Amino acid sequence: MLTKLTGGRVFDPEHGQNDVVRDIYIRDGRIVDAPSDGKVDQEIDVRGKVIMSGAIDMHTHIGGGKVNIARTMLPEDHAEALIERTELMRSGCGHAAPSTLTTGYRYAEMGYTAGFEPAVLPINARQAHMEMHDTPIIDKGGYAMLGSDDFLLRMMAANEDQEAINNYVAWTLTHTQALGLKVVNPGGINAFKFNQRKLDLDEKNTFYNVSPREILQRLARAMTELGVPHPLHVHGCNLGVPGNKDTTLDTIQGIEGLPMHLTHIQFHSYGTEGDFKFSSGAAEIAEAINRNKNITVDVGQILFGQTVTASGDNMRQFAGAPHAHPNKWVCMDIECDAGCGVVPFKYKDQSFVNALQWMIGLETFLMVDDPWRIFLTTDHPNGAPFTSYPHLIKLLMDKSFRNDMLSTLHPEAQNATHLASLDREYSLYDIAIMTRAGAAKLLGLADRGHLGVGAAADITIYTDHADRERMFSSPDYVFKDGQIVVKNGELVKVTWGTTHVVKPEYDASIEKSLKSYFDKYHTMKLGNFKISDDEIIDDGRGSLTVQPLHKGGKL
Amino acid sequence: MTDKQSDGIFYDVVSPFCGIASDDLVVQVDGNTVTVKENGDSVTTPGFETPITDLSPRINGQEVSLEQAVKHIAGLLNNSKQPLIGGMGTDLNGARAAMALADHSRATVDSQFSDAAFRNILVLQDTGYMTTTLTEVRNRVDFLLVVGTDIELTFPRFFERMVWPKESMFGQDIDSREVVFLGKKPSGNASTSPSGRAAQVIECSEADLPEVISVLRALVKGKNVQAESVGGIPVSELAVIADKLNQAKYGVISWSGTQLSHAHAEVTIQNICEMIKEINNTTRCNGLLLGGKEGDTTVNAVSAWQSGYPMRTAFSRNVPDYDPYLNRGQRMLDDGEVDLLIWVSSFNTAGTPPKTDATTVVLGRSGMTFEQEPEVFIPVGVPGIDHAGRTFRCDSVVSVPLKKLRDSGLPSTFDVLTAVEQAL
Repeated sequence: MLTKLTGGRVFDPEHGQNDVVRDIYIRDGRIVDAPSDGKVDQEIDVRGKVIMSGAIDMHTHIGGGKVNIARTMLPEDHAEALIERTELMRSGCGHAAPSTLTTGYRYAEMGYTAGFEPAVLPINARQAHMEMHDTPIIDKGGYAMLGSDDFLLRMMAANEDQEAINNYVAWTLTHTQALGLKVVNPGGINAFKFNQRKLDLDEKNTFYNVSPREILQRLARAMTELGVPHPLHVHGCNLGVPGNKDTTLDTIQGIEGLPMHLTHIQFHSYGTEGDFKFSSGAAEIAEAINRNKNITVDVGQILFGQTVTASGDNMRQFAGAPHAHPNKWVCMDIECDAGCGVVPFKYKDQSFVNALQWMIGLETFLMVDDPWRIFLTTDHPNGAPFTSYPHLIKLLMDKSFRNDMLSTLHPEAQNATHLASLDREYSLYDIAIMTRAGAAKLLGLADRGHLGVGAAADITIYTDHADRERMFSSPDYVFKDGQIVVKNGELVKVTWGTTHVVKPEYDASIEKSLKSYFDKYHTMKLGNFKISDDEIIDDGRGSLTVQPLHKGGKL
Repeated sequence: MTDKQSDGIFYDVVSPFCGIASDDLVVQVDGNTVTVKENGDSVTTPGFETPITDLSPRINGQEVSLEQAVKHIAGLLNNSKQPLIGGMGTDLNGARAAMALADHSRATVDSQFSDAAFRNILVLQDTGYMTTTLTEVRNRVDFLLVVGTDIELTFPRFFERMVWPKESMFGQDIDSREVVFLGKKPSGNASTSPSGRAAQVIECSEADLPEVISVLRALVKGKNVQAESVGGIPVSELAVIADKLNQAKYGVISWSGTQLSHAHAEVTIQNICEMIKEINNTTRCNGLLLGGKEGDTTVNAVSAWQSGYPMRTAFSRNVPDYDPYLNRGQRMLDDGEVDLLIWVSSFNTAGTPPKTDATTVVLGRSGMTFEQEPEVFIPVGVPGIDHAGRTFRCDSVVSVPLKKLRDSGLPSTFDVLTAVEQAL
């Protein structure tokens, strides 16, 4: 069947199209050329409507152990957000930690067609994929987490060469069915197991004598040399610690020009000035990002209200546990592989610190010049649930709304920010870059994030309301792989997205040392660790999409 | 990977019958006969070796086709005012199908292991905890305190695999690891160190455990305790344990929710968990929750990600409603609230449904016998023997693949429940 979308205003940054009126044709899930005979089976009049490709959330905690702990832990949070079963949709619930089904439906209803789980512990990857398998409509994928795993640290302590590390990274990405690689508090989760309570960029893990700087360099180099499109995804040292902007600046310098993605940068942009010994480092961080073209960031904006923080960084989560609201929390050491910490949290607009966090996030958005290198996230659910994205978009696009909000916050915090003087307003084109084209490019999704011929027909069509929150809450149409899944903001069809992965080559000899390591120290066999393609396909609803590597990858 | 050799031998087989899910079993398969050749134990070996007896579904004791049985169950569900899906002894996809069916038919879900599992879940939902996983224990534990639990009775290979491995990753002298049982004495000597050093046992009655733990927590915090003994244990002896917990580099405190069965044991567990948090202000210490056999951890995990809640969730209002007391399956049966019980127990022939006046449907392991023949019985395959699957271990982090070992023709729980849902 050939569908024609007639006369929409197309925002397709990948092709430099900024508000270009043109028709789009869809057949068999793809965007195609206009038919030579002009015949179409279905025509949808979208004149005056805003057309973008489906949005991509490149950092959202939607699956895996810590998310499921958060769900189990917070019955009171779900009870206020129960979702009824309909003819089409399963029942579910959730505000801060929604059920998987609800997650998929809500993303689609907001015009999102892909979401990526950024913290897939290799040993827990099977579970992350099970949960993503039960997340409808959107495409998904994960970043495998290394950096505190004992196997890597043993390799580094033994000073093994970069090629060996590349092999291990490639093996891990392949057998955890991952799209990218993440590091969380590099080496710090491991150091916490040895009772270290903080780990600065150049501080050594007491057992391995390895520093976070070295871990970042090794892993970032591995990604470059393997040709994996998504650069190393970094949750840096000292999350949430006042003064951590200096660590972040050092981290940017320390990577020596290699591509690196710094995630939820807001939580890593704090100074120590002022009466509260807590200040914004956003200007310095933004300047460093603007200067260093190898760096990309997502913001991890906080928004006010109840949420839950779920992180692999149990060292920092343990430190933050006294702030738990409600007062309950979990920290875990996990399988000589990683860890996790789940701490519910309520961001309050009359708290100086929380108000300033809100401001720091927005300052970062407004002071980083290049929308291709900054991404719209709340680090769902850590800064706020993903359902608040339309509100966040309005804050970025509407200065008077932003300043009205600002004027209601903690007065001392207002005095500590220049936010009110920042005039920038994001354009629709900017939003299309940071939530579509830029995200697809950053992740190496070859056929997503754009509206050119050959692209997957993931398309979102909006009415151009002046109220951007309303506009982005409720698209007129969402197409997923060419099928209409949302009409007038409501779900009309449930489909199942694919799982995006990379499969870098590795030298099979790595399995010899891995097998011996698993046999000696683990409680699981190497063969049982590996996640087969069949497990992703599962009951037939799942599928794998292997994304191409950059040319020139070694091995 | 479960590599089948030409002689019917499978290696690296995972056991779903025990919560530690050992995955190093060697199993021989000859037709429908399964024999554990290596690394079996008193829990796992019978799990694999229980023979197949029934292959046909029955309605009121009469053999019927699977299609007839499925249609009959769908009819019962369509007419039921309050169905309960109980037992829940199944794997990942069985749990998925049960949740989908519950949502569709407005049933309530509960597991046969919930009384034990909720002793921990209630703590998670009230104050949380700090825990660790099996491989961490294997490599790091230097002091293991076992509370009120005879571990080897239900986890026969726990000590061999987690406490007394040949070597640790961090050069620890394995034999120097110290094990103390508080409350219950172990039934065997699995906890004895490789050099023959027996574990220390400090016995008390289970009824005294809440008080003993309270005093231990006070001592760990450095409080003065006036009493000289508690539950028959000299306070000075507990002070030594408190000191060891504070001195250990990586202490682990372990218990089984099944074996801590005193009234409101969750409060005792909560006290242990809060004590662990306090110890972590200076050194490292973690809880290790033992349990999780036969899909226990799996069904709570699947329920949590699909509905937001663990077991004991009702769909009667078309939304998930969670209540750990009202939705306790046995309570609902006892109070006559259930008119249809669908009981799933695919791992264990002993996991039979409770006696009830409610119409009963059983998806059970072949060989299950009943005091009272259920209205419908469907012998289903065992995940990890008759069909592939996945199951979670007790630490709820690691899940393992279960492989198909034989071609019995028995349907999976997923197949049956999905067919029922489609027939509604």
